[in-house]
Amino acid sequence: MPGLVHVQTTINGVQTDFLAEPRQSLLEVLRDVLGKTGTKEGCNDGNCGACTVILDGRIVDSCLVLAVETQGSEVTTIEGLATADGLHPIQQAFLEQAALQCGICTPGFIVASKGLLDQEPDADEARIRHWLAGNLCRCTGYDKIIRAVLEAEKLSK
Amino acid sequence: MTSNQVLSEVEYRVVGKRPVRPDGVDKVTGRAQYGADVYPAGLLHGKVLRSPHAHAKVVSIDTSQAEAYPGVTAVVTAADFPFASMSREELGGGYQRLKFATDLIMASDKVLFKGHPVAAVAAVNPHVAEEAVRLIRVEYQQLPAVINVQAAMEEKSELIHDDLYTSYLGENSEKPSNVAAHLYFDKGDIEQGFGEADVVVEREFHTEMVHQGYIEPQNSTAFWNTDGHLTIWCSTQGSFMIRNAVADVLQFPISKIKVVPTEIGGGFGGKISTYLEAPAALLSRKCGQPVKMVMTRTEVFEASGPAPGSWMKVKMGAAKDGLITAAHVTLAYEAGAYPGSPVMAGTSCALSCYDLQNGRVEGYDVLVNKPKTSAYRAPGSPQAAFAVESVLDEICEKLALDPLEVRIKNAAKEGTRRVEGPVARKIGLIECLDAAKSHDHLKKPVQGKNRGRGIACGFWMNRGFQSSVTMTVQYDGTISLLMGSVDIGGTRASIAQQTAETLGIAYEDVHPTVVDTDSIGFTFVTGGSRTSFATGLAAIGAAEDVKEQMVKRAAQIWDTPAENVEYADGVIRHRSDPELQMSFQALAKQLGSTGGGITGRNNIDPSGEGNGYAVHIVDVEVDQETGKVDILRYTAVQDAGKAVHPSYVEGQMQGGVVQGIGWALNEEYFFNDQGQMMNSSFLDYRMPTSLDLPMIDTVIVEVANPGHPYGVKGVGEVPIVPPMAAISNAIHQATGLRMASLPMSPGKILEALWENGKS
Repeated sequence: MPGLVHVQTTINGVQTDFLAEPRQSLLEVLRDVLGKTGTKEGCNDGNCGACTVILDGRIVDSCLVLAVETQGSEVTTIEGLATADGLHPIQQAFLEQAALQCGICTPGFIVASKGLLDQEPDADEARIRHWLAGNLCRCTGYDKIIRAVLEAEKLSK
Repeated sequence: MTSNQVLSEVEYRVVGKRPVRPDGVDKVTGRAQYGADVYPAGLLHGKVLRSPHAHAKVVSIDTSQAEAYPGVTAVVTAADFPFASMSREELGGGYQRLKFATDLIMASDKVLFKGHPVAAVAAVNPHVAEEAVRLIRVEYQQLPAVINVQAAMEEKSELIHDDLYTSYLGENSEKPSNVAAHLYFDKGDIEQGFGEADVVVEREFHTEMVHQGYIEPQNSTAFWNTDGHLTIWCSTQGSFMIRNAVADVLQFPISKIKVVPTEIGGGFGGKISTYLEAPAALLSRKCGQPVKMVMTRTEVFEASGPAPGSWMKVKMGAAKDGLITAAHVTLAYEAGAYPGSPVMAGTSCALSCYDLQNGRVEGYDVLVNKPKTSAYRAPGSPQAAFAVESVLDEICEKLALDPLEVRIKNAAKEGTRRVEGPVARKIGLIECLDAAKSHDHLKKPVQGKNRGRGIACGFWMNRGFQSSVTMTVQYDGTISLLMGSVDIGGTRASIAQQTAETLGIAYEDVHPTVVDTDSIGFTFVTGGSRTSFATGLAAIGAAEDVKEQMVKRAAQIWDTPAENVEYADGVIRHRSDPELQMSFQALAKQLGSTGGGITGRNNIDPSGEGNGYAVHIVDVEVDQETGKVDILRYTAVQDAGKAVHPSYVEGQMQGGVVQGIGWALNEEYFFNDQGQMMNSSFLDYRMPTSLDLPMIDTVIVEVANPGHPYGVKGVGEVPIVPPMAAISNAIHQATGLRMASLPMSPGKILEALWENGKS
């Protein structure tokens, strides 16, 4: 078995140390090592977006990032959005707009949407559709997801 | 941005409102536990060795190197399943059934599709298990792969099973065949009907195998305890179906198997069959620890249960005024490696939108060396609708009649007898067609070059079947509701709404929980558009049971016969003494001191389901340079019965439409001539993204189902039925092309355009 590497990173604002095999993806470590199972695996090859996290300000598919690459980085996962005071506006909007059915893609969509709205708080429908094209949803036909992101823009103001 | 309409006949207090779903917060925060999120103590990880060949004899399997590999705890093959040590005599008439059931999970003498499991390994982590799987040596003797449905039906075809015969009208064929069944339904006299027609159109159609495309791969975690009890955690549409299927292939009592359904990341019919549960269980029994198995996306494509490809023929005749005089439909559906394509349902749906005097439907269940097909949203209906609704469009064109008016003229209605027998109860197709006719979409002409509009109808019968619910009155006046139906798309909400409505209490006071197979009565799958209807009825029945017990308790407290007490709108009152009345909550508080708790229960197997109908309208633009089809506007009209939670009904409609758009334009399994799937990733099997689509407009037409107190029908299936034909008909209007095969991908459109000399 390959040797383990010590990695120090910041996850959802908390300094986090973990040991990872060089071959382990960030997704695998988040789920299997750190117990953060909110980040989902849908394809493990970067085509569905269910494992989207924010890495140093950019959205990435965590299945395509090696865990050891996150040394010194800041990672935001779905578990980092809600606070003790309540849900993030994007989470609130998804909930109220019925923007999920089975919910497996939902964490990825919410994190990807945060990646957009952090930079473009007034993104229009076309921009949102373009931004979220890397996230697959098979239940909703995207309609209510797009509406929820637009609603989240309003809730954030 | 466009809109969603609800055309309601009746309003209720809770049913028909749009509350936040009970499981919503867990699902937007990532706390909801799906199948792969199960991590019991001591967890090991399993991986499967799969056949690289579509058809081969298994000569030998050598697992010794894998077993000796550091970190490996157990290896299983078909030899570990009970079937391997049971004789043909012992099994008698059940031999073939158990062989097929076991072999699909773990191949014994032959592999019948690429991806067919051959062995499974448990190890300390998934990487070690993967490495060990590669150390298993299997010697194959390759056989010709049967991959074309029409070729498979020919007498000279290579046989996939040498002991499978065609069943036809109750008889078996003399010679073995790849055709497992030939279905035949007849009404009236089609020859006479075609004789009366002014125009007859006959066309053949092909469709390819497609996948449900749920985002969560199949998964299973099993723990075979030393006390002989087996616990399985998995995401499934039916925990009881998994329990029974595992009991069957392991020849193990159902009472010793507990299936704990987790949250499920999509199913659409694809998460009914068992794949990983029995191997995980056997691995766990060998090593004494829990074993988790999760499919990769490639495994999901190659070795779960996609929807069949098909060859179809439709002949339809109509009089000048548009009345359909006869129709003859032939459907040949791929079953995959074992019998059981959804062709039976296809034959039920093919002509069921229309009130025909003369009709014939034939179906063939055809084995090919491809994965065993499974249900996929209105299983069998979308393929048939593509063929039938395309031919009807051509008839309308030839007769220069409006395709919507022709559909209204021929529409099935209450009392219509379908070709395969059943007589329609109250149905809403005409109401849907009328709603489509008056919709803004049809009032605005489609304008612009290379643009066209198409319409099509769709049918799904909807289902009843067994459901169980228990509900306990908590002493704070709330309800704890337990059900066996797993929640794929908001059924906790829709069942809680029906419960609250019946009890006259607030929706927020009903707390639904999906429980395991030890904790509730038998409940059939979440599928077939049955859950809000059948489990809803079970909940209503359990709520009525609660009401009856609450009345008795109040009568006891007031020292009066129960017939003097009534329950209405959440209040229990004495019929003649206005002083004596208590709210549900007030009585709940007294239960503990007046004899103890109250639990309502109901186990049912209802008939009375209402058939589902849909009418879709689509505008497309066809790029003459690339052959790409863009969806400009889409409107789905559907008789949903009473929409319990309109937002989730709209979501079902929109999701079904978009799966249909994918099926129409992009999605297909590519097999090479060896029967190997060549596009088993989401990159190459291209499902629609948010960028490919407009908003999907919906119109919910509420024609109440008399078989349910609030008029609920099924919702989820029928919206996937019309899109392929609607889009094909729109492509015809845009380009003049009549597409006869799916998907209508850019390459195929371009070829057709070139052939027509139009570009």
